[in-house]
Amino acid sequence: MQESKEFEKDIAAETQEEEVTYKEMSPLRLVARRFFRSKLSIVGIVMIVAVFLFSFLGPVIYDRWGEEEVDRTPVKNQFVYTYTQTDADGNEFTVTEVLEHVSNINSYAPPGGAHILGTDDKGYDVFSRLMYGGRISLLIGFIVVILETLLGVVLGGISGYFGGWVDQVIMRVVDVFNCIPTLPILLIASAVIDSWHVSADQRIYILMVIITVFGWSGTARLVRGQILSLREQEYITATEVMGLPTWRKIFKHLIPNVMPQLIVSMTLGLGSVILYESTLSYLGLGVQLPKAAWGTMIATANDPQVLSYHLNMWLPAGLLIVIAILGFNFVGDGLRDAMDPKARK
Amino acid sequence: MLKYILKRLGISVVILLGVSLIIYTLVRLMPADYIDQKYSSQLLQGSITEEDIQRFKALYGIGDNSFGGIIGGYFKWLGNLLTGNLGESFKYEKPVATVISENMWISFAIALIATVLQFLIAIPLGISSATHQYSVRDYTVTVFTMIGISLPTYFFAAIVVKIFSVELGLLPASGLIYASKDYAANFGGALLKFGDILQHLVLPILVSVLLSIGGLMRYTRTNTLEVLSADYIRTARAKGLSEKKVVYKHAFRNTLIPLATLLAGILPSLFGGMLITEQVFGIDGIGNLAYKALREGDIPFIMGYNMFLAVLTVIGTLFSDIMYSIVDPRVKLR
Repeated sequence: MQESKEFEKDIAAETQEEEVTYKEMSPLRLVARRFFRSKLSIVGIVMIVAVFLFSFLGPVIYDRWGEEEVDRTPVKNQFVYTYTQTDADGNEFTVTEVLEHVSNINSYAPPGGAHILGTDDKGYDVFSRLMYGGRISLLIGFIVVILETLLGVVLGGISGYFGGWVDQVIMRVVDVFNCIPTLPILLIASAVIDSWHVSADQRIYILMVIITVFGWSGTARLVRGQILSLREQEYITATEVMGLPTWRKIFKHLIPNVMPQLIVSMTLGLGSVILYESTLSYLGLGVQLPKAAWGTMIATANDPQVLSYHLNMWLPAGLLIVIAILGFNFVGDGLRDAMDPKARK
Repeated sequence: MLKYILKRLGISVVILLGVSLIIYTLVRLMPADYIDQKYSSQLLQGSITEEDIQRFKALYGIGDNSFGGIIGGYFKWLGNLLTGNLGESFKYEKPVATVISENMWISFAIALIATVLQFLIAIPLGISSATHQYSVRDYTVTVFTMIGISLPTYFFAAIVVKIFSVELGLLPASGLIYASKDYAANFGGALLKFGDILQHLVLPILVSVLLSIGGLMRYTRTNTLEVLSADYIRTARAKGLSEKKVVYKHAFRNTLIPLATLLAGILPSLFGGMLITEQVFGIDGIGNLAYKALREGDIPFIMGYNMFLAVLTVIGTLFSDIMYSIVDPRVKLR
């Protein structure tokens, strides 16, 4: 039922287009059209844009609390304990103990009032730290994926194009990195950085390098496989006949044809890099305090008290991770369908 | 075929050497030194001196942290490995191989149940999603399984614990047995203990199944869509076969071919334990043990565990390549 309706709509759209213009559609426009036809891709784009605006524009608008600013308003907490005891004569006593405790840090504040989402155990504003944490996660995600792709394209390209012993050597290196268990090695490497005593800022950059080093092998393998199959095609023989230089063959004729698969793997890779970063932060080996990170915010839920009574401290961070990764997965999936050469129209 | 397998095994040895060298170097550079940690309180009290600690380190073979020392240590480790000795775990004070084989089985049990459930749920979902492409069912299944892929394990675990243990009080949040309970040493007690263990395993299995359905389901869906557009399916339909027969008899078998490649990933995940899940739920499986060892700088155990995973990955890849050529005779192994 729905399918036939969509079909009619397509026909209508096509006939309309034919009336208006006879221009041929560029491959890019075809891909865009197929991409936007799927509702999930649009949902994905909306999610990514929302997370981006929240993390990068948010702190500009909501500037009441900074990332590393501790709320130092003294808080008076009153604890009232009542004890009921029975003495030897059977009389019941009720003792009421009132304890007043003045804390210099406004920690564990409930949502509302001066803090939209309350404060955490150290008196940081949860809402503003969510935004700064998003900046770091997205930044790490993008830079790592770009670095991985560069490394993967260069090494995979060389390996696939030249073949022979070059291919053998590079592919064995790829195999080695492929066999190293990712999470344990990332934990080990992060522990090694601990001994360098770098600042929290520098650590973020080193973290990017580590995730790249242990993550590029998949991209290299993908590029190599694609180039191996493309090399056998006639248009590459044509470039041979035309006498084009090697670099031109690789970068103008081979790499552009790998782009569709590459873009898909980059988009899906963004999600997994963010996941790795947040897992490392969760285990205390990623982004360090006082820098904000979504993973460390969720780690506060390891305290049973926080898990049960301070949902505002860990739930929003987790939801943001899910929204970001889900967004990238939806877009990646949509792109894969849109760029599939076997797809109709 | 035999020649191919032998060649692959030869390459595997080279790969594993590379893997072990990288891991060993990194592990040796780790700051969490087991000896320092173990004797730090005694050093503060003054019952042992700095020289003693250095001597202990030399005894454990981790004294010299220069380049030459690390290389030397690596070859010593490698030499022991060739005689079948993975070394002695600092923390657990037992041979590494024993620690691994003792704690592997609880991880294996969880992973086995989770994997079976995952296949039983994901494959039918993927097929029905493909046969009803772009329907409400397809979108619902896709959205829910994608949410599963996107959830960080520790976050989903926290939510599940919050709902089922804290709010509803239905299931225990961590461990394998109730610490406060005494189990009789007879058959009834063992049965009771077994029941309690099962109860403790519900949440970890739930978490790992829900988070891993997505990948397999998308994979099945893509494969099924591809098979359904093949010529022989059109022929089957033209013959007048019922849709049920076309999908479950003709298409289904061929959708299973690419699933053979998944075997590569299953082997490590079956035996290697789940680091995060076990850590969050406090289950002393091999993953959690490795995490603790990592935190305390137990070099032999970390090496043993990582090499165990690497070997499983190598074997899994080889196995899946061979399987692929068996289920699809068009694939030739060279």
